[in-house]
Amino acid sequence: MAFNLSKQDWLLFLGFALVVLTLPISLQPLGAAYPALMQKFCIFGIFALGFNILFGLTGYLSFGHAAFIGIGSYAAVWMFKLLTMNALPAILFSMVVAGLVAMVIGYVALRRSGIYFSILTLAFAQMFYNLAYSVLTPLTNGETGLQLTLGDPRVLDRMAGAATGGLPRVELFGIGLSGGGYAGFYFCAIVLILCFFFAIKIFRSPFGLMLRALKSNQNRMRYTGFNNRPYLLAAFVISGVYAGLAGSLMAVTDPLAGAERMQWTASGEVVLMTILGGAGTLVGPILGAAVIKYFENIFSAFNEQTLHRIFDFLPDSIENPLVSGLSLFVGEGWHLTLGVIFVLIVIFLPGGIMEGFRRISGLFKRGGGGGKPAVAAHAQPAE
Amino acid sequence: MDAILLQILNGLDKGGAYALIALGLTLVFGTLGVVNFAHGALFMMGAFCAVGFNKLLTLQSVTIDPSQTTPWGSPMEVRQPYVEAWLGESGKFLVDYSVPAAILLAIPVMLLFGIAMERGIIRHFYKRPHSEQILVTFGLAIVIQEIIKHYFGANPIPQPAPAAFRGTAAVGELIGLGNGLPYPWWRLIYLFFSLSIIGAVFAFLRFTTYGMVVRAGMRDRETVGLLGINIERRFTVVFGLASVVAGVAGVMYTPILPPDYHIGMEFLVLSFVVVVVGGMGSLGGAVLAGFLLGILQSFASMNEVKAIIPGIDQIIIYLVAVVVLLTLPRGLMGRAGVMEE
Amino acid sequence: MSDRNIVLHVADVSKRFGGLKALTDVDLSVAEGTVHAIIGPNGAGKSTLLNVCIGRIRPDQGHVVFAGTTLDQQKPHEINQLGVSRVFQTPEIFPDLTLLDNVMIPAFAKRDGAYRFHALQSVESESEIRDSAEFHLGDVGLLERRHQLAGSLSRGDKRRLELAMCLIQKPKLLLLDEPTAGMSRHDTNMTIELLKRIKARGMTKVIIEHDMHVVFSLADRVSVLAQGRIIADGLPDEVRGNPKVKEAYLGEAHA
Repeated sequence: MAFNLSKQDWLLFLGFALVVLTLPISLQPLGAAYPALMQKFCIFGIFALGFNILFGLTGYLSFGHAAFIGIGSYAAVWMFKLLTMNALPAILFSMVVAGLVAMVIGYVALRRSGIYFSILTLAFAQMFYNLAYSVLTPLTNGETGLQLTLGDPRVLDRMAGAATGGLPRVELFGIGLSGGGYAGFYFCAIVLILCFFFAIKIFRSPFGLMLRALKSNQNRMRYTGFNNRPYLLAAFVISGVYAGLAGSLMAVTDPLAGAERMQWTASGEVVLMTILGGAGTLVGPILGAAVIKYFENIFSAFNEQTLHRIFDFLPDSIENPLVSGLSLFVGEGWHLTLGVIFVLIVIFLPGGIMEGFRRISGLFKRGGGGGKPAVAAHAQPAE
Repeated sequence: MDAILLQILNGLDKGGAYALIALGLTLVFGTLGVVNFAHGALFMMGAFCAVGFNKLLTLQSVTIDPSQTTPWGSPMEVRQPYVEAWLGESGKFLVDYSVPAAILLAIPVMLLFGIAMERGIIRHFYKRPHSEQILVTFGLAIVIQEIIKHYFGANPIPQPAPAAFRGTAAVGELIGLGNGLPYPWWRLIYLFFSLSIIGAVFAFLRFTTYGMVVRAGMRDRETVGLLGINIERRFTVVFGLASVVAGVAGVMYTPILPPDYHIGMEFLVLSFVVVVVGGMGSLGGAVLAGFLLGILQSFASMNEVKAIIPGIDQIIIYLVAVVVLLTLPRGLMGRAGVMEE
Repeated sequence: MSDRNIVLHVADVSKRFGGLKALTDVDLSVAEGTVHAIIGPNGAGKSTLLNVCIGRIRPDQGHVVFAGTTLDQQKPHEINQLGVSRVFQTPEIFPDLTLLDNVMIPAFAKRDGAYRFHALQSVESESEIRDSAEFHLGDVGLLERRHQLAGSLSRGDKRRLELAMCLIQKPKLLLLDEPTAGMSRHDTNMTIELLKRIKARGMTKVIIEHDMHVVFSLADRVSVLAQGRIIADGLPDEVRGNPKVKEAYLGEAHA
């Protein structure tokens, strides 16, 4: 019962799994086929996938989801410190902790909707961020960040008589995951594929249908006999658990955790990923996450020298102003590019990349006749 | 008693900044129906108007005077700000008063920027869902922030208050409570400044047709269209006004808190909380909540309080927001029907 | 009053909004299996009365009792779960979903209660609910368009869709707020036929209507509401002859 999908969904799932697992080959020409970057794709893909279950399905725009990333990371590192370097207990623990925190935050924040909800989630995330640097330093180690040390108890590992000497690596039954190797990437990839499977299940389930109905008309839901709050809370907790999982994977691939992961910019980034790819679609958010992380990697590696090299063929009088203009957008200025993309996407393509695909394929089908977006049905009767 | 009074005073200047930002947010939201996440960035832009103005004033010529030497024996570099060279004593005066003088620069800059922003982007989002408004203005905030960071760097840049106001005022004597209550002059100035700006905005709303549009729009946006006046132009001006208010609030705050590029977001988050606590769409509520939260925050930063509840100073505002929203869904002074499903 | 069971009893309900008295001591009993029409001039408080019945508005005074349960403290979804469905004056549908989804959703509420997280089943495999939804879409003549988005329907079609959404729940009490407003004469007649058919299924209905043609072809009993008070109550023919009603309502309509 739990593992039945329709034929198209199996195709979608298998296709997705194939694409993810063959990334090391397909990304070669793009120069992005190294594990540290690909595992970022997977981790942020999971984050965006979960965020989309809340925002894409119910329309509730959370501006504090980075808090769950941070919580997941801290929980995972504590598991490494206290129990064992095996990745599984850490991941499970992170998911549970993130889920519990999401339940508390969601219970409060979901009392309001619209912008009030956005502000409440933002407020909670800021509280965690501020506290991580002050009162919670015993748990977070403040500005330094939470790291492994030689003196950590690691009770289970020690009982098993694991070798000491040097900082241990995160492992899965003997396979080392941290440190940017292929094992780490494949581990994240498999987790992403599993997450994708559950996302399909949720999208196609009656539960998913109810969430979409809530986005469409909450009043009707109420007068149709549904208690809206538990549905919303469930969606919020699920997306919190996804974020916690993503946070724990960050710790798995690089076992330290810092509060900067919880800053509001990180919350904004996942919103952007989801919007850029296409909120409410299955693949879109993951695509958005990959595109942003890819370009971040490319753009932030650029500097004025590389720009000068690229535009070397131009006469100096054109080259110099061009390079100084472009240098605003690369390297440290990558966030500026991000902001500009954000603005452009929201203005011109609110449906994201997936909407773009649909419009293009629509153009072909209709033989180029006016690409009217399908969302035009938004117009509602006045009154 | 003195300690309590001091904390109230401490909270008032911060509260003034919150109130000014929240006022603009509410104005834009209530009249144009737009949730502006870039409003904090406007505050930050104002602050950097002060920084930029100060930089401009302190541009200096460097000449090497071979007749003088430094204690290390090398020729002395003589630095002289151009302004002083050109204007003499009044130049010095101008440099000293660069922060308040920057208001004169900030008003046109912020007005033009606000108008351009409204015409260019905001206008097209009147009818779009609030979530899209949040997203586009959030993107804009990032853009503004990054441009500022590019030109001014990432570190806070302290701005001096005019020399005459650098010391502390003995407020106790001023209000006849004996000696004591040392309180920085500039903060006192900021408090009066914010009060007068708030007063000016309220007067503007009361006595001009713009005010009529704003007040009518806050009550019922649909009918404003029926009033038969050029709404669009007035909306633009309201947005420009809100951005000027945010900008001058930023200018004057620089001596209190050295601005860096993300000061805007910090204040925005707090100001949204202020707006929500005050009641979405209520100008009076925004001002009241601004001062109230400012005072609360300064009480929470007292060591006596922190000893009882550690960390409370970091979260007090958010805590208050949560409590207010759970008990008074419309905030302190919110009206029914604003931002409700 | 007939000796049949009273399904809905509105007992001395008053409601004011600020200075406006929307309802004053309204007392109304609806018998099981009947069609009870509420008529009255605009602003008489008809919609407020229905809002009180579904828990959207809490009365200042008095109670609403449905099938032996007092609705005072009940939330809207609980009232629906007791068996009260409502068609609104402006259609409340799910504009972003297909017609089929629109009708399936209320069926889930009926089957699974106020909440159940069947997140791992698929809508696809709920053939029973889909069949029922298609049957009810057919009932209102929208079956062919089941894969369209509901937001793209005309106002009259939206109303028929909403009717199907209510009917699939097989409510004990169906509240209809001007179910034929905005419909063509043809669609109105179809809706009357449909309502007559479901009358045979023994569903109790309270209907607010302006169209006297609809009222007199459907109603077993008519109450007249004017300025928040019930001024007449009785069989359709009795009410038609009542001079007070003529003055308050028909008179106005004729003027």
